[in-house]
Amino acid sequence: MVTVAETTVQAPRRRPSSGTLHFIGRLFRDKPLGAFGFVICAIFLFCGIFADVLAPYGYNQISPINRLKPPSERFWLGTDNLGRDMLSRCLYGAQLSVIIGLSAAALATVVSVFIGIVSGYLGGKFDMVMQRFVDAWMSFPDLIILIVVVSVVGPGMGPVIVLLGLLYGIAGSRIIRGAVLSVRENAYVHAAQSTGASLPRILWRHILPNVMAPVIVLFTTRVGAVILAESGLAFLGLGVPPPAPTWGGMLSGSGRSFMYLAPWLALAPGLCITIVVYAINVFGDALRDLLDPRMRGSR
Amino acid sequence: MPSSAPDASSETVLEVRDLKVHFPVMAGAVMRKQVGSVKAVDGVSFTVRRGETLGLVGESGCGKSTTGLAVLKMLDITSGHVVFEGEDITNHDRARMRPIRRRMQMVYQDPFGSLNPRMKVSEIVGEPFEVHGLPGGRAAYREKVAKLLDMVGLLPDMADRYPHEFSGGQRQRIGIARALALEPSLILCDEPVSALDVSIQAQVVNLFQELQERLGLTYVFIAHDLAVVRHISHRIAVMYLGRIVEIASRAELYARPLHPYTQALLAAIPIPDPEIEAGRPQQIITGEVPSAMRPPPGCRFHTRCPQAMDVCKTVDPPMREMEGGRAVACHLHQ
Repeated sequence: MVTVAETTVQAPRRRPSSGTLHFIGRLFRDKPLGAFGFVICAIFLFCGIFADVLAPYGYNQISPINRLKPPSERFWLGTDNLGRDMLSRCLYGAQLSVIIGLSAAALATVVSVFIGIVSGYLGGKFDMVMQRFVDAWMSFPDLIILIVVVSVVGPGMGPVIVLLGLLYGIAGSRIIRGAVLSVRENAYVHAAQSTGASLPRILWRHILPNVMAPVIVLFTTRVGAVILAESGLAFLGLGVPPPAPTWGGMLSGSGRSFMYLAPWLALAPGLCITIVVYAINVFGDALRDLLDPRMRGSR
Repeated sequence: MPSSAPDASSETVLEVRDLKVHFPVMAGAVMRKQVGSVKAVDGVSFTVRRGETLGLVGESGCGKSTTGLAVLKMLDITSGHVVFEGEDITNHDRARMRPIRRRMQMVYQDPFGSLNPRMKVSEIVGEPFEVHGLPGGRAAYREKVAKLLDMVGLLPDMADRYPHEFSGGQRQRIGIARALALEPSLILCDEPVSALDVSIQAQVVNLFQELQERLGLTYVFIAHDLAVVRHISHRIAVMYLGRIVEIASRAELYARPLHPYTQALLAAIPIPDPEIEAGRPQQIITGEVPSAMRPPPGCRFHTRCPQAMDVCKTVDPPMREMEGGRAVACHLHQ
């Protein structure tokens, strides 16, 4: 009887708001590496949001006397070929790159999950038509689609996010569809069908939670890919137009031109990308494990 | 042993008439056309009365599971009729099946695949309530789930655990609790104990019987283990290659099997006594089950039947009713 009393007392306490806090607590306790990734992500996000306050100089504040200065007390990460402070540019870059990376990867994941789950679960003719469309889309070189669309709507952050999100999203739907094909054959899906559960309910409650592992991995790999893809676009003048600082733009622009003369120009944004991608990956892995009830209690 | 069989006057829950389920076999990559069909179920008829357990036995691939799925309308029925509680559901679409689904439930073979690993036991057992609506809100919901868990011999505080924390037998109990949630008229059990240890099998079979006595449940019990079927069934239908070859009460069937296939099946049950085992006549059927795409003409069993006659090769024996409510499809008993 004691156990019964316990569960009834516990239930209302655990339900409403403590879910997120409880979850973060478990993250730090069970997954120290994932927690580390989470903290790094949070720091970069914080830097991006408060770049205006944190940055010692403006991102486009030119100082011709101080061109290509190595890291010093005054310019912590050195200056670029126009004499702009690299630290300030990296901080503002966090704003742009992290926003582009996270939102385009999030959009890509949502698109992948939607197409993958619906197409994989429904199967049949719908799947056939949908997948031929995906085939056609994937066989187009990404760059050509990007160039065409950007030259029509003009460069900028919005179009880049939407385009990269769609490009990676449609391609990634294959991975989710594959996972759905195996999950939908489970007897518990059959049981839900035979009880008369509605289609949204089966997809949301039975299929989606069981394909979460590839979904999270897809998201974390996409963040890095998007940040790098944006740099490629910036290089072609199709990304976020200069002088706005993006890590990719800094890396492929002045970073590459002055690689031998001033390696810190490439090193600073390169390290930023590496650290963020690494942090999101370890955080994603921890998230995947924590969301799986079977992994609970394991490290 | 099962509770006393319901008498012939009790209400018919399920009636299956001349049920056929054929799966098309397609060939060609671009111009797909049907080159044949697998006749998984090919003319099956039976009735199940309230409070009764009908055992459905036969070797792998004889169509017993397909029959079950067709009764639940989880497969397209090629022809024939399924009448459930007086309502012909053969041609019901999804929407019209929904209210009926709450009155027919299923227990699955694999206790590991049949429970969603991402849901708590309370969510699994309570899902039918959410799908069909339960008056009373969350408190009533938890209370109902606790009651169901208690009914199948689990503790109420197990409701907040996940399936992977349970053993195979306990998982099967969770599956049974889910099937009981909506108090269905018919429970289809598709080999519910064949994936369990023998010691656990007995417990689960006894649970099925206990629940039947307490709640007046009706089962269609699909199995290939004749000992289990004998233990739980009131009547038993023996299937071979998409057909029922013999249907009889449990006592009749085991005491006096009429169809040569039934006789061979019963002779194959090992007796745990080497002296009796060595002394009894051997009746071994040889050969393989013919393809369900091209079943043999005449009696389907004639290719393997030790007592096959000339007539068996050409004329398909009809199901013949005999005294005692049993029926058999064999030329030896026409």
